[in-house]
Amino acid sequence: MAVLNLVQAINEGLRQALEEDERVLLLGEDIGKDGGVFRATDGLYEVFGEQRVLDTPLAESGIVGLAVGMAAYGLRPVAEIQFLGFLYSAVDQIFTHAARIRARSRGRYSCPLVVRTPYGGGVKAPELHEESSEALFCHMPGIKVVVPSTPSNAKGLLLAAIDDPDPVLYLEPTRLYRLLKEEVPDEPYRTPLGKARIARAGHQLTIIAWGSMLEVVLRAAKDYDAEIIDLMTLSPFDRETLLESARKTGRVLIVHEAAKTGGFGAELAATIAEEAIMSLRAPIRRVTGYDVVPPLPLLEDHNLPSTERIVAAIEDLLRY
Amino acid sequence: MPKTPIAQFQIDRLSILDPSGQIDEDLMPELSDSQLLQLYELLTYTRMADQRALDLQREGRLGTYPSSLGQEAAQVGSGFALQKNDWVFPNFRELGVFLCQNYPLELIYRYWTGDERGLQSPEGINIFPMCIAVGTHVLHAAGAALAAKYRGDDMVAAAFLGDGATSKGDFHEALNMAGVYQLPLVVICQNNQWAISVSRESQTASETLAQKAIAHGIRGIQVDGNDVLAVYAATREALERARSGDGPTFIECETYRMSDHTTADDARRYRDPQEVAKWQERDPLLRMRRFLEQQRLWSHGDQEQLELTLKERLSRVVKAAESTAPPSAEEMFRYTCHALSSRQQEQLKECLNGGP
Repeated sequence: MAVLNLVQAINEGLRQALEEDERVLLLGEDIGKDGGVFRATDGLYEVFGEQRVLDTPLAESGIVGLAVGMAAYGLRPVAEIQFLGFLYSAVDQIFTHAARIRARSRGRYSCPLVVRTPYGGGVKAPELHEESSEALFCHMPGIKVVVPSTPSNAKGLLLAAIDDPDPVLYLEPTRLYRLLKEEVPDEPYRTPLGKARIARAGHQLTIIAWGSMLEVVLRAAKDYDAEIIDLMTLSPFDRETLLESARKTGRVLIVHEAAKTGGFGAELAATIAEEAIMSLRAPIRRVTGYDVVPPLPLLEDHNLPSTERIVAAIEDLLRY
Repeated sequence: MPKTPIAQFQIDRLSILDPSGQIDEDLMPELSDSQLLQLYELLTYTRMADQRALDLQREGRLGTYPSSLGQEAAQVGSGFALQKNDWVFPNFRELGVFLCQNYPLELIYRYWTGDERGLQSPEGINIFPMCIAVGTHVLHAAGAALAAKYRGDDMVAAAFLGDGATSKGDFHEALNMAGVYQLPLVVICQNNQWAISVSRESQTASETLAQKAIAHGIRGIQVDGNDVLAVYAATREALERARSGDGPTFIECETYRMSDHTTADDARRYRDPQEVAKWQERDPLLRMRRFLEQQRLWSHGDQEQLELTLKERLSRVVKAAESTAPPSAEEMFRYTCHALSSRQQEQLKECLNGGP
């Protein structure tokens, strides 16, 4: 086993997918000779050539729309969009087509594509480079939304996403790309979609997080007997694991960096309230980004959930 | 430092069959007598099937419907040139193209009645679900063309759209991609002069739509879209070039939407009846019939017989469409993803039981 960071694990996953299946093609801006702006596709163009690692014109809707046609024709395209904020111009292709082709054609065509994109804050990047609008995509039936949090699950979830017969939005926490390193199994393996992971077992409260926030939560809760759940797949999310933990601990805290109103935490909180409220001892709490336009670097620390805010919420919950 | 022209472009217009039924022998594509008759039958079938849909809509037996009246030559001329292994990415006003591919008319009627099963292309017919979000599907055709090229398949992707779609970003992104990757793609535009209430002149300051190809480095041509022979010839040539690895083509078929945008629209609110009358004289069926009659391939009796046969066929189609049982609620769930999530399973149960 090699020690890899998250972006290296993604690179290895992509390489193995290309090796395993001739239907897999990568496409995106600067992913070929340049190896991607974050080097996620580094070296793949050299090995697999321009037929399988395609540098595209600068057109996000075009990239996703092209991938929709490729997928419907029988390939397994993996598209890279440079930042989640640039995926907005391709939302039409995702909502109108990728999510619906199976339904609109009554199963005659399907759309097994993966859209990979870096997302989330904490990297002091320019405007629109730190979006975390995952909830928008979770609201649209027909697509899956996956967020890795470690090098190991990044590789396993990516390979599972590429295998999946439906479109998957694979959101890569930019802040974690080179922050975390760990041993990653060399062989190709799949981390099942739709399953959450107990990142740390505990009894006093349940904390649910994903992506970059998981790392913050693990630090914030190190002195508490918290059960920390790494959601990994947001859509469809693993209800059973959440409910079981909520029933066990009776206290639930949800942490995400996206704005609070309409954020994915709202769906999780509503689900737990609907199905496990009788087991709760405390109100469900959310620590999230504020309902503000994602700020530029000088203000972003005010907006991103901090360990202090998380600790305060934990203390509050433990008072019940 | 001199200022010199560095690039010059030209757009051709192809026209073979004039409104009086005369053809330009030099430009006439190779078509047997039986193929010429087949073209005319398809034109007539498209018009009658379209009229039948309008009648059904008025009787409350069909939902909102976009008529193809006046555009039959643009649809049939291009659809007829396609081969069985080609893939079609249609817009929503493409009845003639569907009929050329032997797509069951019954399914089209059912779709416009609100039955999703009408978009399930039967095996062996490679038609994508008709695109409602204008112009966004040209990219899918480009993607399929790219996939076919990668696999070495003998397939051309054909995308169909209207004049309004040429204002959309996805249209331009698709043409640009097609040029960059030299894709086996043919994009066929039915310029019917109206995008609901917006005229062709208000849609774009371009002198022609065909010239929009030039900026993307691909071939563009304008054809008389009411001339089924010109549309066929231009499409066949473009398909052959695409098939032989010679890249994409954009074809503008200049035609006219004789009907309202859909049955929910009233075109009298925004367009001059004199303009409609002018285009009436250029009717695509009439000129083909005149040509066939002049060639002694067609007679009044043939016309009566054809109309009778098609009328009977349409009655059978309508009967079959209307006697199909409606889809079950379970169908909503079955095709959302390849498998149901635990929540969807519960919702399905709730839906079938009428409550939680």
